[in-house]
Amino acid sequence: MIARANIYIGVVALLFLAPQRAGAQSTVDAVKSKGFIQCGVNTGLAGFSQPDSKGEWRGIDVDLCRAVAAAVFGDGGKVRYTPLTAQQRFTALQSGEVDILSRNTTWTISRDTSLGLNFVGVNYYDGQGFMVPKKLNIKSTKQLNGATVCVQPGTTTELNLADYFRANKMKFKPVVFEKLEEALHAYFAGRCDVFTTDVSGLVAVRASRAPSAADHVILPEVISKEPLGPAVRHGDDRWFDIVKWSLFAMIEAEELGLTSANVEQNLNSSNPVIQRFVGATGDVGKMLGLDNRWAFNLVKQVGNYGESFKKNLAPLGFDRGINKLWNQGGLMYAPPIR
Amino acid sequence: MLNPFPRLACSLSNERCRNVAYQSLLALAVGLAAWYFAANAAANLQERNIASGFRFLWREAGFEISETTLFSYSAADTYLRALAVGLLNTFRVAVVGIALATVLGSVIGLARLSRNWLLAKLAASYVELIRNVPLLVQLFFWYSIITENLPAPAQALNPLPGVFLSNRGVAFPVPRPHSAYVWIGAALMAGVVLAIMLKRWAWHGRQGMDRRFPIIAAGAAATIGFPLALYLGAPLEWSRPALTGFNFSGGAALSPEFAALLAGLIIYTAAFVAEIVRAGIMAVDRGQFEAADALGLSSRQTMRFVILPQALRVIVPPMTSQYLNLTKNSSLAVAIGYPDLVSIANTMMNQTGQAIEGVAIIMLVYLTISLTIAAFMNWYNRRVLQRGGDA
Repeated sequence: MIARANIYIGVVALLFLAPQRAGAQSTVDAVKSKGFIQCGVNTGLAGFSQPDSKGEWRGIDVDLCRAVAAAVFGDGGKVRYTPLTAQQRFTALQSGEVDILSRNTTWTISRDTSLGLNFVGVNYYDGQGFMVPKKLNIKSTKQLNGATVCVQPGTTTELNLADYFRANKMKFKPVVFEKLEEALHAYFAGRCDVFTTDVSGLVAVRASRAPSAADHVILPEVISKEPLGPAVRHGDDRWFDIVKWSLFAMIEAEELGLTSANVEQNLNSSNPVIQRFVGATGDVGKMLGLDNRWAFNLVKQVGNYGESFKKNLAPLGFDRGINKLWNQGGLMYAPPIR
Repeated sequence: MLNPFPRLACSLSNERCRNVAYQSLLALAVGLAAWYFAANAAANLQERNIASGFRFLWREAGFEISETTLFSYSAADTYLRALAVGLLNTFRVAVVGIALATVLGSVIGLARLSRNWLLAKLAASYVELIRNVPLLVQLFFWYSIITENLPAPAQALNPLPGVFLSNRGVAFPVPRPHSAYVWIGAALMAGVVLAIMLKRWAWHGRQGMDRRFPIIAAGAAATIGFPLALYLGAPLEWSRPALTGFNFSGGAALSPEFAALLAGLIIYTAAFVAEIVRAGIMAVDRGQFEAADALGLSSRQTMRFVILPQALRVIVPPMTSQYLNLTKNSSLAVAIGYPDLVSIANTMMNQTGQAIEGVAIIMLVYLTISLTIAAFMNWYNRRVLQRGGDA
């Protein structure tokens, strides 16, 4: 109940907060004066954002927030996390409760426009899939007519699900749970025949939550495009730029071959592209209003995109797939840092 | 010369003037606060580029809802219709819940007053246990009992012919729709009207308790008899549930979510109702029992004509708050996946981002429901006070 109250707190905040005047303080100034970044993450999705056994948050969505902290403060540890359910996430960002929403959130036009958010980019290209118990012996989503489906409300998943069954003239019964834990509990207890979410989520929960991972299969059809990425509030261009280029710097670092292990030696690299990246030449950092070694700090402390993927997602059985770099046949592509 | 401002003679030392002045000030302050919040929210929304207004209610909702009451609904319908489905789902659980919680609560309250030691202690432990465990925990408990312990549809339990119990809920046969059912409905209405008229007549014609007309029996006969006669004459066909594919189709079904929510609300609220009933009866002076005894009334007559009319005066007002509580507690449905008003509104807020409008709708709806229940109970309370009741 306490968690659910957040959406209402957000509403109250919108009623009470004094509106910011044009040209008023940017989030970056607010973040600098309070000394940390408040990062909205998933309540617990292995590989994306989940506390480890020591209570430290881990995952690629967490790494994005740490990367921004490293760029802004030179210290990736200056992040505090707010776990958010699917239903709370947008209100939490809108009302200023969090500075970045980095919570496996699909970038769509309605969210980008009418919700008052700006998506900065994509840190995981995903698509929606279906998981069923192996014993049902189902091979394709086309066999799911009449099935009971566990799904989380307020997600693109819920809408795609209805669209897909409508388009294929099939019927289904949804059972919706706000919390992933409850939805999974119901699916594993047999309340639903099918669990649906992004394929990344299916892989993660099958590896981390299923009583026996081998008893569940993910069906081959992927029914939607789900570009997942971090978002910030609309109308704060300085903060938007900083978060956007922090994400790009992680991708660019991988392309340049810079890792947390070797970036130190590359401070004296003779490659002019790398020189600009690590801040040895040029003033890219100043353009963002940050220290010129922002990208160096980011790679040094958090690592490049590939490292983050390998550390967080590969152990769960994730394949790089379309999330490879563009020059290796994937979609990860950062505009030039110059 | 005439005073051009005769009303200015009104000063703060005059009590009526003072009251008017203070009340105007208060009204002004409330109005200003409301204006401030509205203007502030509008400015915040505009500055953050968040859409506002209620036009979104007529857009396509795009999500499915697992169960509906009376209405049909599909993902192609509007948000407004989705909200109506949620509201009716709330009504369904609240109406059934209030009726059953009252019955169960009264039985337990009476049991707690029983002279049978075991029965009284059992009722007391029920009240203490249930009242002191949070409702949310109880809901999870009932829900997991259903989903974890019942078998899958393919191995469904079959306790009665045609009735199937599985972790998808209870599926049971229902009569197939037939044109005669309209007439049965009409006969039911006619029976109810007749029963009310009978009661009026019996009330006026009554001289004393010993010459009572058997109003309950006659009323029940009228209410049930007519439709039953028609029903038995009509061709009766059953729609039976049968396992097809993933689940049962045909017949009717109660979902585990509805069952768990209903069970949780009834059992929880009944504990409070029991205490209210007990307190109401204990509030009646012991002498009233003895006097009724001395008059030679049977224990049923004592309860009905002496004790309950007096106890109801104590019972009805706190009962109103229990009914309001049950209705509002039904919003915990969201935790176990029952699509009530709050659950649907939460989803809607998330899909459209229009949280202020969504919360306003939820508040308005619950306020309306609560005020309606309160108005009805106040009317009933006045009636109990005036006429001494006819329980």
